[in-house]
Amino acid sequence: MSNILTQTAAPADSAKPQSRNYWIGVLRRIGREKVTVVCGLILLAILLLAVLAPWVVGADPYKTSMIRRLLPIGSSGYLLGTDELGRDMIARLAYGGRMSLLIGVMPVLIAFVIGSTVGIFAGYAGGRINMAIMRLLDVFYAFPSVLLAVAIAGALGQGVSNSILALTLIFIPQLTRIAESVTTQVRSLDYVEAARMSGASSLTIIRVHILGNVLGPIFVYATGLVSVSMILASGLSFLGLGVKPPEPEWGLMLNTLRSAIYVNPWVAALPGAMIFITSMCFNLMADGIRSAMEVTE
Amino acid sequence: MSNLITVSDLTVTFGGARPVHAVNGVSFTVGTGEVLGLLGESGCGKSVTLRSLIRLHPPRRTTYGGRIEVDGQDILGMDEEQLCRYRGAVTSMIFQEPLLAFDPVYSIGRQIGEAIRRHTGIDARAAEAEAIRLLDRVQIPQAAKRYHAYPHEMSGGMRQRAMIALALSCRPKLLLADEPTTALDATVQIQILLLLRELQREMGLSIIFVTHDIGVAVEISDRVAVMYAGRIIEQGPIADIISAPAHPYTQGLLASTVTQNMRGSRLEAIPGAPPDLANLPVGCAFADRCRQASAQCRAAPPPYDSRLGRGLACFHPLTESVAP
Amino acid sequence: MSTDLLLPTAEDRGGPAQPILLVKGLRKYFPLGSSLFGRNRGAVHAVDGVDITVPKRTTLGIVGESGCGKSTTARLLTRLIEPDDGEVIFDGEAVGTHGGISIKELRRNLQLVFQDSFASLNPRMTIERAIAFGPQVHGLPAKEAVERSRDLLGRVGLEPNRFGGRYPHELSGGQRQRVNIARALAFNPRLIILDESVSALDKSVQAQVLNLLMDLKDELKLTYLFISHDLNVVQYISDHVMVMYLGQVVEVGPVEEVYRHPRHPYTQALLSAVPSLDPHHRTERTPLTGDPPNPINPPPGCRFRDRCPKAHAVCASIAPPSVVVGTDHSVACLMADPASGHPDAI
Repeated sequence: MSNILTQTAAPADSAKPQSRNYWIGVLRRIGREKVTVVCGLILLAILLLAVLAPWVVGADPYKTSMIRRLLPIGSSGYLLGTDELGRDMIARLAYGGRMSLLIGVMPVLIAFVIGSTVGIFAGYAGGRINMAIMRLLDVFYAFPSVLLAVAIAGALGQGVSNSILALTLIFIPQLTRIAESVTTQVRSLDYVEAARMSGASSLTIIRVHILGNVLGPIFVYATGLVSVSMILASGLSFLGLGVKPPEPEWGLMLNTLRSAIYVNPWVAALPGAMIFITSMCFNLMADGIRSAMEVTE
Repeated sequence: MSNLITVSDLTVTFGGARPVHAVNGVSFTVGTGEVLGLLGESGCGKSVTLRSLIRLHPPRRTTYGGRIEVDGQDILGMDEEQLCRYRGAVTSMIFQEPLLAFDPVYSIGRQIGEAIRRHTGIDARAAEAEAIRLLDRVQIPQAAKRYHAYPHEMSGGMRQRAMIALALSCRPKLLLADEPTTALDATVQIQILLLLRELQREMGLSIIFVTHDIGVAVEISDRVAVMYAGRIIEQGPIADIISAPAHPYTQGLLASTVTQNMRGSRLEAIPGAPPDLANLPVGCAFADRCRQASAQCRAAPPPYDSRLGRGLACFHPLTESVAP
Repeated sequence: MSTDLLLPTAEDRGGPAQPILLVKGLRKYFPLGSSLFGRNRGAVHAVDGVDITVPKRTTLGIVGESGCGKSTTARLLTRLIEPDDGEVIFDGEAVGTHGGISIKELRRNLQLVFQDSFASLNPRMTIERAIAFGPQVHGLPAKEAVERSRDLLGRVGLEPNRFGGRYPHELSGGQRQRVNIARALAFNPRLIILDESVSALDKSVQAQVLNLLMDLKDELKLTYLFISHDLNVVQYISDHVMVMYLGQVVEVGPVEEVYRHPRHPYTQALLSAVPSLDPHHRTERTPLTGDPPNPINPPPGCRFRDRCPKAHAVCASIAPPSVVVGTDHSVACLMADPASGHPDAI
């Protein structure tokens, strides 16, 4: 082979190290974004607190005490005060986190799996199949999500699993739509055409070429949905449709502490603050991950 | 011929994690009514140089050095208000993608009229008449009707002509052209080039035309400056550069361009690839790809020497007449 | 190549005289507007009756401007789009029909190199895996496929140890195009379609890639279909050239013959539109006015007539048939046919 071609790479190339994995690059870029890292750490802390609650928190979230009702923040023995039935707030918030996170994350997770499958299939198939699926989903889109969630949960009855089911049904159309949209974009790119040129079957092409390029954006969108899910779940509990008392759950706690707002506003605001912090962190983290994934320098 | 434009030692650096030295000491002059071609491949800094003449780069990220003087005004020292008066009236620009120059929700006639009114202050009716006259001058058929057309309704060639009309609406002295024909079909490209030549002669315009295509440079330029890695490495009248290039890169560029009657022979390709602008070598940027390179070339970049209308930055030029 | 034995070269079944590609009456219309209310808004006549003959181990250049249908033709030949009509015969066997050559088989013999070097590579795949994908699809075990891929990288001038593990965004345009060529070669094809494959490259890089293509053609006994808008490059690399306009072939013949004695007014216009490289003899007149039109609902007769300097009334009523004017040289113009009724006919 001629010398001109083997000398192809300019010296600048030899200074660059052999490239590492794309995902490692993404992680590195995320690491540089302070906001994303801080949010991630906060979420991790909340998650650990919720999961390890029995071992970390000493107090019992169910133990009521009529004398110690609505103690203010900073009271001895009850750092964050007590609720309207005298239960320790730290314990309530920690144990409540378990439920809130569960009802927040599970629907999105299930909807992610189902939505991605349907959406990728619709996006890749194109044409009439795509149209049929997407127009069907439009029917669900016509309803405002909050009302639909309440309607479904109301019809199914109170309970955690019913709430999760209701929320999953809300999120499937949204995730399907985003999956279909991204897949349609990727599918028209030349490298997918090149893969078709190689005679590969559709399944192989989806597995090798499409999934890797499509799951990323869908995942980021789903992460953003978690905060919505948590707020909707809290809303459902607030309306009496989700978790049953005396189970702790942030939305439910917001409801029951409502009447305490004039007596002890700080304690009454605590569950709301938790919902707010967790949602914000999910959102900001999703943003950071998305911009880290978009950059290809 | 007096010099309308004088650029001295222009440097442009873009900030960020790794600063990119896009332009590294560029000097040239353009006289009134003269066409200068800026020729080079991707990443050589020609577009960055062009855009500096109209201060089009994002102000926060860009650091300029050196001096740019157009029609007696110091461009790098201007404030926002002076720049607004300068752009369009003294210097105008046309781009590769005409859709980017026009607002999609207004008709092109209206946009041209708006530009005229902003700089000359005449009333709407007069501006409309002038805009139609301009559209006609750039050979858009049925100009009065096309006045009301929207950008997306026109074909590529028509849009490019409309953009030229917009650029010339306020009679600038200098027209900057950033590869305006690269995206056009061959038969349309030659129409646009001839149109530009005609307008240039008629209006006594100076033009600085950026291109990567030697044929286009030949068709439009009086003089050409060849750029590589952010510097001008050779400059001179177009006929001289084409027939007797002095810099090995220019010679390599000419030799590797496919022309008629090359069939059957092997193309002389320049080995290697251009350097990374964030990581420029100490000496001559072309040394690694140059057959004539010596230790001197790698130690320090060759100085740019300009005399008798020819400029050259090379320690081992191919033609003796321009040896430093 | 040592790894040739792992994936056998497709055999030359037709013999040396059989053209490797024979296309008759290729047609593809893209309908406009929905037919929901039954209203037919017409169609884009992207490819409208194209005949192609490509002898083995030659290069056919296809030139034309936007809207002429050359890229659509490439996609029709590779069956990325299904043709509406027409026969495609690959080395004597009809494509896609029962008893002929299957689409999957065709894709082992015929490959395509795209124009956009970046979009044609999966950004999340290393280039050595990207090249190995094709052979794996056709049954080669993973380890051998990667070995073959590295061998090909070396063949196209990219050292496998240095480049194999890289991602597309870490390569320059010229390097990516080499990867695309290596990927096409991984199938051991006999015909490669190059769809504007060097158009987006800098001129010096273009020269490198063209040299590579010429070397590979000799070494691997390939046939090329070279689609481009750059007439100089087409003249350099092709043996025959085909000129397309609005979905039809207007002239085809040996490249030197067509370039020196173009018979169709459009070919003449295209050739004179190439910028001059002589500063003392610049182009003074434009050969054509206006933009290339859109092939939507073309009018009857010759499609070039409203831009043709030699058009005549008869051109509006008769669609010019292809007339032989020299060895292997034919043109679709009424002026070439003495019996057509055109006053300038020879």
